[in-house]
Amino acid sequence: MKSNRIWYQDGLRDGVPIALGYFAVAFTLGIAARNAGFSAVQAAVSSLLNHASAGEYAVISLVAAGAGYWEMAVMALVSNARYLLMSCSLSQKLASDAPLVHRALVGFGITDEIFGVSAAVPGRLNPFYTYGAMSVSIPSWALGTFLGVVLGNVLPPRLVSALSVGLYGMFLAIIVPPARRSRVVLALVLLSFAASYIAGALPVLAAVSSGVRTIVLTVAISLGAALLFPVAEDQERDTSEEVSP
Amino acid sequence: MNIWLYILISALVAFLIRATPLVLIRREIRSRTLRSFLYYVPYVTLAVMTFPAIVEATESPLAGLLALVAGAALAWFGGSLFQVAVASCLVVFLAELFLV
Repeated sequence: MKSNRIWYQDGLRDGVPIALGYFAVAFTLGIAARNAGFSAVQAAVSSLLNHASAGEYAVISLVAAGAGYWEMAVMALVSNARYLLMSCSLSQKLASDAPLVHRALVGFGITDEIFGVSAAVPGRLNPFYTYGAMSVSIPSWALGTFLGVVLGNVLPPRLVSALSVGLYGMFLAIIVPPARRSRVVLALVLLSFAASYIAGALPVLAAVSSGVRTIVLTVAISLGAALLFPVAEDQERDTSEEVSP
Repeated sequence: MNIWLYILISALVAFLIRATPLVLIRREIRSRTLRSFLYYVPYVTLAVMTFPAIVEATESPLAGLLALVAGAALAWFGGSLFQVAVASCLVVFLAELFLV
């Protein structure tokens, strides 16, 4: 049994690459916020509370467009809807006797990346792992937005370009090892790549926001896989067992 | 029009979306299909978000593609989260010295 402290430290360690990637992306978000009339403090608070790139772009663009508060609520619903699915998935990863406070806090922390590392933990998820990842990455996200507003375009585009793939590198580190162990997962990953590419290229689907496309594809592909290749309980453990040594 | 109100509204909606399933679904789901579905969700959703986005994030699409191949290869042969993330960034930085 690992102690909460060890879990927290593991989370911190895995949160560092997330924090680096976030910093670069948040910086560009801050530039957009500045153009929409946000103060640096407003942008940073928005990042601490929302910490979602698509969700925050939605706030910025609606403020810039002078849209109503109801439109804001609906837009927030759509741009964050994929987290609903991730939250369902994590609900099965926590021990069923995990207290409500921990469940709510882990929920608050869900981003694509924090969900990714939390879902990849072998066996049950200890909430302190997620807290560790949150406590480096969310402040970095907020600081990045803050500095983006204050400094504007000072990071060389070459650097932003390089740092922005770090988050995708992390996704690869999460999905590739299980794909190596399971042919089904490997096929699903390749199928997801292809489907995502095609969906983005088709005029009908390309018009839909990328968040909605992600949900539709995730539900369709995962459901198909669940029906064709139902997972046995011991297999669930096997594939996730060796993700991090 | 108050920017703070926009921030609060979106933060509240985002929190409810993120926390509600975790708070409500407390018991282990028994249905094998549903369990399998939730088991596959992380891999599928992260894969969907990775490609083609990684190729669109970089100044040069080719640099993004190289990062994808290098990152996937490193992860295949046991690279850690941190190593794969940093290697992907390095590949893009080096490739764009020539490409951009």
